[in-house]
Amino acid sequence: MRIVVAMSGGVDSSVAAALLAEQGHDVIGLSMQLYDQSEGQTSFGSCCSIDDLHDARRVAAAINIPHYIMNFERQFEEQVVSNFVEEYAAGRTPLPCAHCNTDLKFATLAERAAALGADAVATGHYARVERDEANGRFHLRRGVDATKDQSYFLFSLTQSQLARAVFPVGDRPKDEVREFARQRKLPVADKADSQEICFIPDNDYRGFIERRLPEGDRGGLLVDQDGRVLGAHEGVHRFTVGQRKGLGLASVSGSPMYVLALRPSDQHVIVGPKSSLERTALDASGVNWVIEEPTGPIRARVQIRHRHPAAPATVQAIDSGRATVSFDAPQIAITPGQAVVFYEGDRVLGGGWID
Amino acid sequence: MRVYFDYNATTPLAPDVIAAISSVTRDVFGNASSVHHFGQQAKAAMDGARSAVATLIHADPSEIVFTSSGTEADNFAIRGAAEALEATGRRHLIASAIEHEAVLNTLKALGRRGWRTTLLPVDDTGVVSPERLRDTITDDTALVSVMHANNEIGTIQPIAALADVAHARGALIHTDAVQSTGKIPVDARTLGVDLLSLSAHKFNGPKGAGALWIKRGTRMQPILTGGKHERNRRAGTENVPAIAGLGVAAQLAAAKLAPEATRVGALRDRLEDAILRAVPGTAINGARGSRVPNTTNISFDRVEAESLLIALDLEGIAVSTGSACSSGTLEPSHVLRAMGLPTHRTQNSLRFSLGAYSTDEEVDRVIEVLPRLVEKLRGLTQKAAGARG
Repeated sequence: MRIVVAMSGGVDSSVAAALLAEQGHDVIGLSMQLYDQSEGQTSFGSCCSIDDLHDARRVAAAINIPHYIMNFERQFEEQVVSNFVEEYAAGRTPLPCAHCNTDLKFATLAERAAALGADAVATGHYARVERDEANGRFHLRRGVDATKDQSYFLFSLTQSQLARAVFPVGDRPKDEVREFARQRKLPVADKADSQEICFIPDNDYRGFIERRLPEGDRGGLLVDQDGRVLGAHEGVHRFTVGQRKGLGLASVSGSPMYVLALRPSDQHVIVGPKSSLERTALDASGVNWVIEEPTGPIRARVQIRHRHPAAPATVQAIDSGRATVSFDAPQIAITPGQAVVFYEGDRVLGGGWID
Repeated sequence: MRVYFDYNATTPLAPDVIAAISSVTRDVFGNASSVHHFGQQAKAAMDGARSAVATLIHADPSEIVFTSSGTEADNFAIRGAAEALEATGRRHLIASAIEHEAVLNTLKALGRRGWRTTLLPVDDTGVVSPERLRDTITDDTALVSVMHANNEIGTIQPIAALADVAHARGALIHTDAVQSTGKIPVDARTLGVDLLSLSAHKFNGPKGAGALWIKRGTRMQPILTGGKHERNRRAGTENVPAIAGLGVAAQLAAAKLAPEATRVGALRDRLEDAILRAVPGTAINGARGSRVPNTTNISFDRVEAESLLIALDLEGIAVSTGSACSSGTLEPSHVLRAMGLPTHRTQNSLRFSLGAYSTDEEVDRVIEVLPRLVEKLRGLTQKAAGARG
């Protein structure tokens, strides 16, 4: 089987490629150049920088597969970066990695892979995809390494995307993946995991957004739930729901204050005590069902951010890709812009974007 | 069967070149600056090479300075002339917009150090006009740099006419002849230039050897300072085996320049005609007439050149998208952009460049494989566009 592996230059996708090559597949490594590397911008984060592209090439050479770098600067800008900026400007907290997966890796890259005659696209994600022999449907499951599971970022893969997706490291713990890389002497065996958002230099997302947004007064007021003005701020994009640090309000009320909501219409940041962060319900849009779309309410364990325990809830699908979620117990800091993913055990039932 | 149609990137070494490099590497280890026997052997090997290169471009051996590459030769030409002419008060440099990065980025670097720089536009066939130079050049212009043949589209520039314009205003003129030397006759005198760059690996010589021809009497400052190598013009112990290889490559090229140009030109024309006939929505980029005989640059409507390049490579066919960037991905070509081509054509064009070992069988193979791949890629593009609505 001809399989294109999306190689980021990290250990996971490198091992993914090596595993498939050892299984005898016809493996082609593709790396995506996502932003302009020509003017010596060396301060980008830890994924897909020029060094990472070189690492991917070295790994491909070590395991003896062809490797190509494709220029996806335009698509990355359109699908991921501009959405990231717009979301923050709209008072939401975006999840660019999920968009990159659905709209780039398993869309544009997958199309290119198909054009090269590939039957599947593999990545280094910690997740599993399985075909249900009974009904032909594809299941998406958490990776076996619970601490590394990335199924949360993959919830919006459609059945046709899942049908061609391969996650070779999803059924291994990370330690084993690293050990495999060391044994095969892959040049990235001991490379650190990427943490930050890859296109944000020095992890300074506020500065990045401010450089992208048109000039103008972004400042506004910090108000409490009753509309009392407590202070001023330099833009709603600098805040996220649940945030406590950096409000400059420590001494105002005696008890710690948290961001409760962002209101770009009048540029208000609404703050209050931790208890006011609790919500028992949320609305989701852009919902994708991995299982067949349920006709009535279903019980699920629902995860509202990455590395966060899933909580029991009832999920009700409504038309045009929307759903409501009612949690059994109140949740802290449900954050618009993040993904909400519905699980049953380690199976992803579906998910959407928190409104 | 693997097909190599990327001779403008680099070429395979001629067997005689390999033999010369091996024997010099093995038998002639001396430092060419040394007085003794070993030094003399090395010096002799370099002198032979110097004469061969001079013969190839109809120059005098004393005018040839060996460099590590075409890029170094370009840097030397521009920086060396700029520094030498600084005293005259001239502070303006001109190059064409379709130069190799070795020239463009050197101009940029000097621009950051206070030099005024101007890029000459080209017409839609990729040719620089002497009239345009006449309108641009001033009494402040120190140096004009225009390539002899373009690496991406192969267009040959009217160097002699440009040289007349430059000299009429007292400016020097340099030509980057890296893509013409060994492919077509290159005569430094009739071109009328003062400085000319060439590179061994573009005509079956080794990488790591190039040369700058400096017309006798041209004032130049060295850019590599150190010992008294190359008549005080380029310091650094010479790479004698590679230079010997350059010499043999120059000899071989000079010996069969005309018949090879005819043979390779016929292969290129056959390839080009067959592609234009077999694949709808194709067009040649650049002047079809005045080109080096080995190069064709073709745009394929509704195809990402990047994907086609990879698909061809997976079929064993090596071509190029023109100039690669640092990571090796396709950048919209600055050459095709300068010619005024619409953005989509700057991103759907492939360069096929043939050479000494290209065969009819290779041409046949490309003609057999290419139309099928283009059709497949176009089908998928359409499907994807349709699916997205």
